[in-house]
Amino acid sequence: MRYICLIYDDESTFAKMSEAEGAKVMQEYMQFTDGIVKSGHHRAGDPLQPSTTATTIRTKNGKVVTTDGPFVETKEQLGGFYIVEAANLDEALKIAGRIPSVRYGGAIEVRPIMEIPRAR
Amino acid sequence: MEIGDFYDREYGRILATLIRLVRDFDLAEESVQDAFAAALEQWPAEGAPRNPAAWIVSTARHKAVDRLRRRALLDKRRGEIESLARLDLERAEDVAEPEDCLRLIFTCCHPALAPEAQVALTLRKAKIRDARIPYRVPEGADYAERLDAVLAVVYLVFNEGYTASFGERLVRAELCAEAIRLARMLVELLPASTEARGLLALMLLHDARREARVDANGDLVRLEDQDRSRWDRARIAEGIALVEAALRGRPPGPYAVQAAIAAVHAEATDAAATDWRQIAALYSVLLRLQPTPVIELNHAVAVSMADGPEHGLRILDRLEAREELATYHLFRVARAELLLRLGRPAEAAQEYERALGLAANESERRHIHKRLAELPSGS
Repeated sequence: MRYICLIYDDESTFAKMSEAEGAKVMQEYMQFTDGIVKSGHHRAGDPLQPSTTATTIRTKNGKVVTTDGPFVETKEQLGGFYIVEAANLDEALKIAGRIPSVRYGGAIEVRPIMEIPRAR
Repeated sequence: MEIGDFYDREYGRILATLIRLVRDFDLAEESVQDAFAAALEQWPAEGAPRNPAAWIVSTARHKAVDRLRRRALLDKRRGEIESLARLDLERAEDVAEPEDCLRLIFTCCHPALAPEAQVALTLRKAKIRDARIPYRVPEGADYAERLDAVLAVVYLVFNEGYTASFGERLVRAELCAEAIRLARMLVELLPASTEARGLLALMLLHDARREARVDANGDLVRLEDQDRSRWDRARIAEGIALVEAALRGRPPGPYAVQAAIAAVHAEATDAAATDWRQIAALYSVLLRLQPTPVIELNHAVAVSMADGPEHGLRILDRLEAREELATYHLFRVARAELLLRLGRPAEAAQEYERALGLAANESERRHIHKRLAELPSGS
């Protein structure tokens, strides 16, 4: 079963880091990713550009409206994601718990992916 | 045999077994219902089978296969057919294993499930299935943590039964009985857990006083005013024996210590004979294990009985200064009682009035009104 791990960080935490600290976090992410690729759990995953680059689209009064910024203004913003393969929620939680952002004040939302059979 | 009684007694155990066999909460529930419906038709005419639980499990398994087969015809999804094949081939032991109940309880206390929903299984079913929370008793460090959650839920069920948090009825005996049944099962299945024993002992000792705790009007009777001849001696003896085993934990856990306190009360032939010094000592042990304001409040009451009301009041005033229990009606009631014992009825009346503004249970409110009416005149 596939689970998506949505990584929410306080962007200012990383903005305030020195170059050396930032490199260390990057190194930890690379190690983590290599680990889950080798163990066969990794399906997909990428970091995202900061939320200042986000654009939101929604319908307002029957018209499609485009606005600057993320969907909701909160302290924690979606900063990246992984899709992992796991036998059950416990296994997925164990993997998500090792995502480096957990150690830097971030939060990980783990959600099962709804599998929809597609005609090929 | 009465099918109704059998249903009440065995439903949970049988459902837990079916969940293991079919790995689907909804399918398991529907199939067990089908099997009981079949029993209602067949047993009165043909007589109950020799092993009724095995009969129900086996019938429910067949009903599940039927349901899956019908579903597979409608929707030829590979997964369904695979699980059908597995169910058909598996020479499943059609016995309700006690471990199945344990698996169910531990699964329902998974930390991914919101605690406020932890008492109602139906609310959790969808997430257990959709997020694929594993149906098992966890191992290692997770086990100890989950056991704490399991015991807490069982005690929550008991407490809701012992003092209903809302409504007109003070006691809901069926919830108390269910919690005791669950705890008995935990003690049986987890013989190494001294806290499971402690919890069972605690609930038995409280439950032993249930009949004497409420008067003919359904109102609360305080411990010191209870007719002790109405206490259930068999329950007390069972509880005390369990406390002794539970206290062998190194160190004893909070349920064991609370059970020990209840045992000291139970052993006193009348209120005056209560060994308050021992109770105060046990509360200070408990306070070290669980430093919460409610336990501090109980400690204060025990100290006031052992050493005098002025010592108890000093602890309450320290609590009040920290503003931790200001809106808890039993804190106000406790303070009122101590003020009364110190000959300060006017201040006691004020505290009772404040308690009235905070208590939500009708029966508890009537009790406070009664205490107010009993205050010496001129206050």
